[in-house]
Amino acid sequence: MPTKESPARPGSSVMLQGLKVIGVAIRTEPRIFTGAVVASAVYGAMTVASSWALGWATDNAVLPAFRDGAAGTGTLVVAALLIVGVAVLKAAGIMGRRIMAGIHQYRMQAHSRRAVTRQYLRLPLAWHHRHPTGQLLSNANSDVEAAWAPLAPLPMAVGVVVMLVTAAVAIVLVDPVLAVVGFLIFPAVAVLNLVYQRRLSPLAMRAQQLRAEVSEVAHESFDGALVVKTLGREDAETARFQAKADALRDANVAVGRVRGLFDPMLEALPTLGVLAVLLVGSLRLESGGVAAGDLIQVAYLFTLLAFPIRALGWVLAELPRSVVGWTRVTDVLDATGSMEYGTARLDASGPARVEAEGVSYAYVPGSPVLKDVRFAVAPGRTIALVGPTGAGKSTLTQLLARLIDPGEGVVRVDGVDLREVARGEVSASVALVPQQTFLFDDTVRGNIALGGQEPDERVWAALRLAQADGFVSALPSGLDTRIGERGATLSGGQRQRLALARALVREPRLLILDDATSSVDPQVEKRILYGLRDGAAEATVIVVAYRMATIALADEVVYLEQGVVTDHGTHEQLLARCAGYRDLVTAYEREEAERAALDISEDTDEEVVA
Amino acid sequence: MTAVTDPATGTAAGESSSLRSADRGALETFKQGLRLSPEFRHGLAGTLVLAVLATLGKVVVPIAVQQVIDRGLGSGEPDLPFIRNAVALCALAVVLTALCGYLMNVRLYRSTESGLAALRGKGFRHVHDLSVLTQNTERRGGLVSRVTGDVDQISTFMQWGGLMVIVSAGQLVVATVLMAVYSWQLTLIVWACFLPLVLALPRFQRLVAKAYTKVRERAGDVLAAVSESVVGSAVIRAYGSEDRTAERIDTAVDGMRAAQTRAQKIVGFTFPATELVASITVALVVVAGVWLGVADSITAGRLIAFLFLITLFISPLQTATEVLNEAQNAIAGWRRILGVLDTPADVADPENGETLPRGPISVRFDGVGFAYPGGPPVLHDVSVEIPPRTRVAVVGETGSGKTTFAKLLTRLMDPTSGRILVDGTDLRTVSFSSLRERIVMVPQDGFLFDSTLEDNIRFGRPSATREEITRALTELGLADWLDGLPAGLDSPVGQRGESLSAGERQLVALARAYLADPDLLLLDEATSAVDPATEVRLARALDGVTRGRTAVSIAHRLSTAQAADEVLVFEHGRIVQRGPHAVLVEQPGVYADLYASWTTATTVH
Repeated sequence: MPTKESPARPGSSVMLQGLKVIGVAIRTEPRIFTGAVVASAVYGAMTVASSWALGWATDNAVLPAFRDGAAGTGTLVVAALLIVGVAVLKAAGIMGRRIMAGIHQYRMQAHSRRAVTRQYLRLPLAWHHRHPTGQLLSNANSDVEAAWAPLAPLPMAVGVVVMLVTAAVAIVLVDPVLAVVGFLIFPAVAVLNLVYQRRLSPLAMRAQQLRAEVSEVAHESFDGALVVKTLGREDAETARFQAKADALRDANVAVGRVRGLFDPMLEALPTLGVLAVLLVGSLRLESGGVAAGDLIQVAYLFTLLAFPIRALGWVLAELPRSVVGWTRVTDVLDATGSMEYGTARLDASGPARVEAEGVSYAYVPGSPVLKDVRFAVAPGRTIALVGPTGAGKSTLTQLLARLIDPGEGVVRVDGVDLREVARGEVSASVALVPQQTFLFDDTVRGNIALGGQEPDERVWAALRLAQADGFVSALPSGLDTRIGERGATLSGGQRQRLALARALVREPRLLILDDATSSVDPQVEKRILYGLRDGAAEATVIVVAYRMATIALADEVVYLEQGVVTDHGTHEQLLARCAGYRDLVTAYEREEAERAALDISEDTDEEVVA
Repeated sequence: MTAVTDPATGTAAGESSSLRSADRGALETFKQGLRLSPEFRHGLAGTLVLAVLATLGKVVVPIAVQQVIDRGLGSGEPDLPFIRNAVALCALAVVLTALCGYLMNVRLYRSTESGLAALRGKGFRHVHDLSVLTQNTERRGGLVSRVTGDVDQISTFMQWGGLMVIVSAGQLVVATVLMAVYSWQLTLIVWACFLPLVLALPRFQRLVAKAYTKVRERAGDVLAAVSESVVGSAVIRAYGSEDRTAERIDTAVDGMRAAQTRAQKIVGFTFPATELVASITVALVVVAGVWLGVADSITAGRLIAFLFLITLFISPLQTATEVLNEAQNAIAGWRRILGVLDTPADVADPENGETLPRGPISVRFDGVGFAYPGGPPVLHDVSVEIPPRTRVAVVGETGSGKTTFAKLLTRLMDPTSGRILVDGTDLRTVSFSSLRERIVMVPQDGFLFDSTLEDNIRFGRPSATREEITRALTELGLADWLDGLPAGLDSPVGQRGESLSAGERQLVALARAYLADPDLLLLDEATSAVDPATEVRLARALDGVTRGRTAVSIAHRLSTAQAADEVLVFEHGRIVQRGPHAVLVEQPGVYADLYASWTTATTVH
């Protein structure tokens, strides 16, 4: 079939790439594909055979019976069995083809989903920072689906090729003149199909793109529903959504126009072929070139082939989308820059020693968020990481837990460069509780033990330390209650306490808390912090905090401003010598004092305020 | 015609909806759905006429074959002029059929797509009109699918399935009539063979639909598992749980593959059934036809034409499973979108609502009580007056009713008893536009849109110029922060504002509310992730006492309470104490306890 013709057209390179993608699928699952093609070939051969069976029945059973006025029972039974037998084989072919094509497609989807998500888990966090969540989700879902979409109609299309060859042979055997008609009509259908798909696929892709955009707008708008509502922006949001929905409508109508034009043409062409066969056939009949049965057989063949021949079009239609989907999937699969691991172990016991030396980091090249950060923490000390909003504190915590590697400089735990530590060693010794709480769609126990074999007593102990034992025991199934997006609803503070328990249950040697109690009530937070300080937790603690309560628990303070460590010492030292720090931690007290002063002046003279 | 469509891609899987689930029957849903989109009826008569013509055209071939064979070739010499005329006539009919098909398709696409686009807009708007309570009981993905995938499900039926029902029914009737004209005995045989199949079809379809529901559920599991590996990337690395996450993904992926394979097997077994029945029918017709032929009641040509008519008879049945499936999908889609539209926006914009003049604002709670649907009361008989130009702090432990108080004040919810008055007017009679202009709340999680910083701040007041936005940031003391951003106001904030830190997102959300310039600003722990120095600067700028603005802050940092004119202390859904900080702190009670624990927390040693 003319899948590779006219190389000058831009579409042909897509066609070629598409065939390569199909090649990948065939090489990965050769046996199931072969099975599907064999079944499809049976279907194809039986489709042709059914016309032959009917022709045979007409010539040997029907016409003689009418001519001679007597029905040969034996011939009739053979004819009936022949028709049914061929149909049984054909049905088996359809069944095998559909089921095996489905299995092939679903297996490939599963392969790709696994491979893509393995990459997500393997690639460094820095890579995740560069790729929007929505894109990564669609890589593993709609792109994978698009990549393997041609596999569903593929065996049928291969079968159609077999069918066409068989049909061609059959027609030539019946009558070469009638065959000429066939050889004109079938290529015409194929070419029309190709033109159809070339016209359709850019339009269909645009509609697909707009469908995604409509969905994105709706998703974002519903996510921000509270903001939309409180600022009274429903009209504007609806207008924004309607504009996209209208663009989708126009794109769909454009698709419909092309479909509406080509579908009836493709349906009409084989019918015109049948008429041509009748016209030519009647002439051949007159000249004695064919028998009536032959003519009927050929006409029947034409009607039979009219539908399956379109399977070629379905495959061709899916190819451009498949290529785009596969390209996106391979972009993920080919992504490099995985984290390198060494062989060193962090097997010392007791609290860890931590050092940062000349550490810099930039999300966007040229605008570093951390510059030449250096400080050291002795084992067992508690350090408060303090700094204004946007100073780079969260980035620093990620570097200390080796979620990301510094652009320059080195982070050491127990004197070992984290980049030289073996895989799994860092997370065994260091526990980070990030600012944004993340819970798995799992039970409370699953969320805390994360698949580890911690006995319930230890889980409960961690929950107690995190002040979460109270509400967890009140949950309907206690530790076995499902939480996460599709589970029980928890408040922000409760979620944070579970995240904290997750860190504590592992008894880390270095515990890093990135503003991890911001949604917890002050009283509860206080109990947590005292528990941490007085508890058995033998750990070095680094805690990002604004609250005095937290800072009060720290032995030392590291003060960070615009990505630079500007001071490091005890709270008293910094209070005395670091203006930025003083400004930050005494803000409330000063506010109170100023407010008092302001109130006095307000009482005496309104004009001062105005 | 398409291969059996896999509805797995259609909608998000298995969420439990709290939206009104319409328990009307399929037919009622269908009617209601059609009523919902009057656009569907645009030019419907013309489209139907074209559809009938296109269907009639498809009948031409068997008749032509019959005519040509029977009359042209039937006996003796071929009647060449007749054949030529018949073929020319048929060709003309075929071309006209194609033309009718084209025109019908174009009209159909235009009217249905217009209807569906309008339907999306209606559904979208209604989701925003629903109260926060209703919105929050629904998963976001579920709401999105109601205006995307669910509507798409309707489109396939409206553009193909619905017409297919009409065309198929027409084709069945026409084929039956024509067959009966040739031979009523053979027609009876055909119907006898196909009747069991017709009766079994709905059962097949239910099996298939059930299997695909399972596929959709499993697809939802995959989506959830995959999103964990992306959204939870930091936690997964921090705790070295890559292998565990991979296992969870594998389980979900395998579950989906198994469900897909099962569904495909069911389709694979049921689909060729028509094929078998058809062949048995053809065989029986050949046998019976020959016997009848021998009895001189049918000619050879008529018998052969009859065989062609069987093909015409089969094709509607072959697509019937798909059509039924599409019909069911469409009904499900309609049900889900009707579920949205039928759910009353219980906190609705009043008709002819009052527009209150701008200026200093006073609020009065008059015996207000509130209970979540089906839950115990969370607020009891709250009566309080907030005079203009005051700074009010709301304090209390988690679950004491602070947030409920805030939601009632901004009319995100309506009280179950009592009333709330703004400048003496019941909140429920004030138009939304006036209310949202005067009272603005900044929630703790300041959601940002995936756009630039400038666009996000302008969301507060669309007419604001770039200069006004810069000025607002300067007034809030955020000029230095802005200068530190690589692209300033043009900095992209990323999806949900993820490119900014949590504190920075709160800054933007505050700037957005500040630009909106309401008469009453309500901060619901809106600066919890902001450093104290910045927080104090912001609080001062936002109070805006000089503008006559009223400010209500919910905070667990009691510094806010210290700065307030009045503190409302909540406990167990009641206001247990109220008054200025200086007075309350001297009295034994909830506030003094809160303050004691706060001071030990804020003062070192």
